[in-house]
Amino acid sequence: MGTLTIGCFASLVGSKSLDFTLKLANAAADKGHKVNLWLSGNATVMGKNHQKHLKDYSTGEKPTMELLKKGVEICECEACALARGIQKPDAIEGIQWNAMHWYLAKIYNSDRVLHVGGE
Amino acid sequence: MSNVTCAFIIQRPPYKSETSTLGFTHAISWQVVEMLLDEGQNVVPTVCFVGEGVLNLYTNQKAMENYGVTSIESHGKNSLLVDLDMLVCKEDLERFGIPEDRLLDAEDMGADKKLQIVPYAEIQKAMESCKHLLFF
Repeated sequence: MGTLTIGCFASLVGSKSLDFTLKLANAAADKGHKVNLWLSGNATVMGKNHQKHLKDYSTGEKPTMELLKKGVEICECEACALARGIQKPDAIEGIQWNAMHWYLAKIYNSDRVLHVGGE
Repeated sequence: MSNVTCAFIIQRPPYKSETSTLGFTHAISWQVVEMLLDEGQNVVPTVCFVGEGVLNLYTNQKAMENYGVTSIESHGKNSLLVDLDMLVCKEDLERFGIPEDRLLDAEDMGADKKLQIVPYAEIQKAMESCKHLLFF
């Protein structure tokens, strides 16, 4: 089995790229791969807890909790989150907070990297 | 123990979105990645500017005056200061009519590195030689 690192920069609402990323991470984890997920830029909004699932919008909290249970390592850019008004007490439990070198370090140890860009 | 090479390809224009800034900041973070790796391991980035991405390299940007934020020019200068290899697509500069003397450098900060203006074929070669590609 391999190691896959995904970097996602797209927002949860306004794009389906993050929704796709979560599904891809889930599929890879189910196949037994080690998966790392880096959230940066607008994607850091995904790390906010107590998301309400309105049917018109994507929601990430529930699938994220499932990924964490499966051992997927998820980390978001602390500066990007703080700039968007998300404080650590508002974060989904289990998501790590760090800086961009976390992503590069995971890339170092990965067989494949998928970089899902922002808008 | 070895290096892993990454190409950061910046293709989005400055300020319209956060994308190109994040390209710079992620590449610069190479400076501290060793903290999270074992002895002898490192990530070696090359930053490539193609398409509208070359617009990020204009000198005399007024981001602080206009937007109240650090300019992308300063990220570019810091990238040179930390010895990042930065390849700029010659054809795209010509397409936008940007002369080389309008591009940033970091001589005033004491940087040894300079932007390398090269034909696209060289950027292609650099991308092919890297293990991972990250598009910004």
